[in-house]
Amino acid sequence: MEAGRSPNIEILTNASLNAIEGKPGAFKAKVYQAPRYINEDLCTACGMCTMYCPRPIADTYNERLDITRAPHIDYAQAIPSSYYIDAKACLRVNYSTCNLCAQTCTAGAIDFSQQPKELTLDVGAVILAPGFGRVDREVLEKFGYGTYPDVVTSYEFERLTCASGPTEGHIVRPSDNRPPKKIAFLQCIGSRDETCGNGYCSSVCCMYAIKEASVAKDHEPDLDISIFFMDVRTQGKGFDDARKRAQDKYGIKVHRARVPRVEQIEGRLALTWTNEDGSHESEIFDMVVLSEGLASPEDAEKIAGVAGIELNHYQFCKTSVGSPLATSKEGILVAGAFQGPKDIPESVTQASGAAAIASELLADCRNEKTVTVTYPEERADLQAQEPRIGIFVCHCGVNISGVIDVKAVRDYAASLPGVVLYDDPLYSCSQDALKAIAEKIKENDLNRVVIAACSPRTHEPLFQETLRSVGLNPALIEMANIRDQCSWVHAQEPEEATEKAKDLVRMAAAKARLLEPLEQPTVPVTPVALVLGGGAAGMSAASSLADQGFEVVLVEKEKALGGNLSRLTWTLDGDDAARVLKDMVARVKKNKRIKVMTGATLQSISGYVGNFTSTIAVGRKKTEIVNHGVVILATGGKEYKPLSYAYGESSRVLTQLELEEKLQRGKGFLKNAKNVVMIQCVGSRGDDMAHCSRLCCTQAVKNALKLKETKPDLRIFILYRDMRTYGFYEDLYREARKQGIIFVRYTPDRKPEVLKQSRGIKVRVFDRLIGEELNIPASLVVLSSGIAPMENQELSQILKAPLTSDGFFLEAHAKLRPVELSVDGVYLCGLAHGPKSLEESVAQAKAAAAKAAIPLAKGRVAVAPIVSRVNKDQCIGCGLCEALCPFNAIRLVKEGKRKKAETITASCKGCGICATRCPTLCISMGGFTDEAIMAQIHAFSPDGCKGGDGS
Amino acid sequence: MVLGGGVTGVQAALDLAELGYYVYLVEKKASIGGVMAQLDKTFPTNDCSI
Repeated sequence: MEAGRSPNIEILTNASLNAIEGKPGAFKAKVYQAPRYINEDLCTACGMCTMYCPRPIADTYNERLDITRAPHIDYAQAIPSSYYIDAKACLRVNYSTCNLCAQTCTAGAIDFSQQPKELTLDVGAVILAPGFGRVDREVLEKFGYGTYPDVVTSYEFERLTCASGPTEGHIVRPSDNRPPKKIAFLQCIGSRDETCGNGYCSSVCCMYAIKEASVAKDHEPDLDISIFFMDVRTQGKGFDDARKRAQDKYGIKVHRARVPRVEQIEGRLALTWTNEDGSHESEIFDMVVLSEGLASPEDAEKIAGVAGIELNHYQFCKTSVGSPLATSKEGILVAGAFQGPKDIPESVTQASGAAAIASELLADCRNEKTVTVTYPEERADLQAQEPRIGIFVCHCGVNISGVIDVKAVRDYAASLPGVVLYDDPLYSCSQDALKAIAEKIKENDLNRVVIAACSPRTHEPLFQETLRSVGLNPALIEMANIRDQCSWVHAQEPEEATEKAKDLVRMAAAKARLLEPLEQPTVPVTPVALVLGGGAAGMSAASSLADQGFEVVLVEKEKALGGNLSRLTWTLDGDDAARVLKDMVARVKKNKRIKVMTGATLQSISGYVGNFTSTIAVGRKKTEIVNHGVVILATGGKEYKPLSYAYGESSRVLTQLELEEKLQRGKGFLKNAKNVVMIQCVGSRGDDMAHCSRLCCTQAVKNALKLKETKPDLRIFILYRDMRTYGFYEDLYREARKQGIIFVRYTPDRKPEVLKQSRGIKVRVFDRLIGEELNIPASLVVLSSGIAPMENQELSQILKAPLTSDGFFLEAHAKLRPVELSVDGVYLCGLAHGPKSLEESVAQAKAAAAKAAIPLAKGRVAVAPIVSRVNKDQCIGCGLCEALCPFNAIRLVKEGKRKKAETITASCKGCGICATRCPTLCISMGGFTDEAIMAQIHAFSPDGCKGGDGS
Repeated sequence: MVLGGGVTGVQAALDLAELGYYVYLVEKKASIGGVMAQLDKTFPTNDCSI
């Protein structure tokens, strides 16, 4: 985890906030920190203390399904990577006896003299991200939890499916440790349930239950799994696809029912439920999983009291649609599930968004308190010498040495050509081992290092830092993965595994001999951002960047700013949309750093992160050139134009937005109206658009309530497939039901029909509850038409930014990089990313602004050293590489009379596609030259170690 | 200061550090990672959580 390595993040664990005083920019925060009793810097995470401790305790990380000891670490990859002592259980802490752990700890890390600390921190802004809490135990007990052992929570089930969990990924019933055959998931446990005070929808459980069920089926294909839903709420981007896959591929059964209780019959669990048509059904299961909702954090009230912020009626942080990340107190921001139940992509997005707002507040003191790490100059003379290789064969505690004879591998390494030093650290990644490696590099003048341990994906950066700290180029290291790819997979064959480890080490050494230092260039960044799209997302992003101190060019294709927001009448929480719009426009216009270009579109763009040049067409004839360092895509989406339900054929058929526009003008049109029928999923979740448009359910409920308010005697029907009023919007749905709005569920194989008659229109729908067709004479039919993407293909090609199958832009990674595109320096927010509410668009826009501000704030972007390089003498200028590069990172340039390929190092990702396709083999990859790879392959053969250099 | 070391808090801290600010990340438990560290896979792509 990067946070553990950043010199500018100080992690305070076992810590809680006791007080905040002062004002934005100058808060004083009092933090109480309880002792760990184990010194983080000295602990090598060897696990001896846990082994010798006589005090067993329930392992809370594994949901109490396993046992650990008072001194322990939650999980192997935990940050800080140090053990700690559970003070409540420890005999030494409570009774001054025992002390066994301290005696066994060879690192001397155990320190019972540690005292609690009260720290006073000077901070400029505070971001509250305490997450969510657990549903009350009484709610779970209603479903037999605690009484019947095979009723488990979704958290427990998660640990049972996890390879590093208490059962190593084997799904077993807690009662008899035998694999279950039939599992039922019950949804909405502690959600959508007023009796326990949680009237809201937790937004994530439908999807995680589907995920857990799919993972379980992956483990045990014969499992029979049923999920009991009220509505299937998979409204996130790509979620409906995943749900469909789970149903089709794994045959997971979907029941629409709320099971009231669980009973035990002869050691198995009986469920009885009522189907939609009123019939009762019973079935016996071996295991029941309770899909626990997300509650407000246990300490929500304490946090609110200390920080002086307001909570909403569900004890989550109170925010507004226009500023979803601001608490009621200036300078204190909120992100994640404390703002409302949400999934990981949205939490990560909000986190970046909150960081942007903090950055706006503190722009004046940027880089004042940060620490930069400096490294000694590289020892070029040493690097140029004959290879002097050091090989370190890691025990990884018992992870490797439990199977492989590490000493034998180490001694074998000594026999390889060029090796001048060999060692076998217990944990090569521990702080003290890294120090020792650094010392040994210096003492022995090593110029190549081989680490035989784990995966370079997680640990190579750590070892590279070590090399840099002693003046070696970070490219001069090679890792042999003798853990994941050897000891873990060959645990049953220790002798063969040892031989394979020797092979891997020999191959790594052969490659290491041919490693060359790689340059680490940086390129300057033009401190200007180009924001495409002047709707809510674009304006929010532009304002944030400008307030963070950067110049912004905001390009809007229409004559005025506003986008879809200008068509909205009310926001989902009933706020006046026009006022929100007015505030946003005013904020943009008064900011001198923002240059607004309306009636303008992007014509072409060239360059790479830090150095883009764009041509903007303004009006019909004019064009303008803009130089900028980053791009934010906020080009929006549009209302889907219905092709069915007599839309366009009758003036009585409207879309939701058109209804809002009418309502805004007055209630005259409702004078003779009696029945209003709303139809959901028009366009969405169907043949025209596969995706769920996320908002329409809440929008329909909102407008239905408005209609009721305007004309209370109206009869309103909402014909739906799943009501997806997620999060706190569930309140609106409940209110609508209370107000007598009639909800009728339909299925896609039996869609409602809108029939034109001589006078007026009629809607026909099959009501599953009474098992009969309804014929509703409708004064108005309102179609909840979904959100369609813009014509994004052209822009997608200009930017080389891929689209999803639905036509929205595809982010680089749904969870880790939700607002970045795969092309460096291009960021994404708003409806261009996918359907979402105004408040979600605003949060996402702030997140894009945070990410875009990073290169702008740094002033230079570092280029990854593993990039392609073209040997221009051999290049024939065929252009194959340029055509194939997915990142726009290689281009043809004229040199004299001929064209030659050239890598744009700032954009190159080092994927190697160009190198593999080059017909003259003139492209090589830094760190992976053909010679080095061939040497590695040759070294695989038993004689290879003699030649070694690939000859 | 970021209160909470789950996926949200960690992301906020990383972004702030990258933006040029010194960050205190305050976590009540003994390690950061929050609930996400307990998850096996994450939806919709079933990526590994850790």
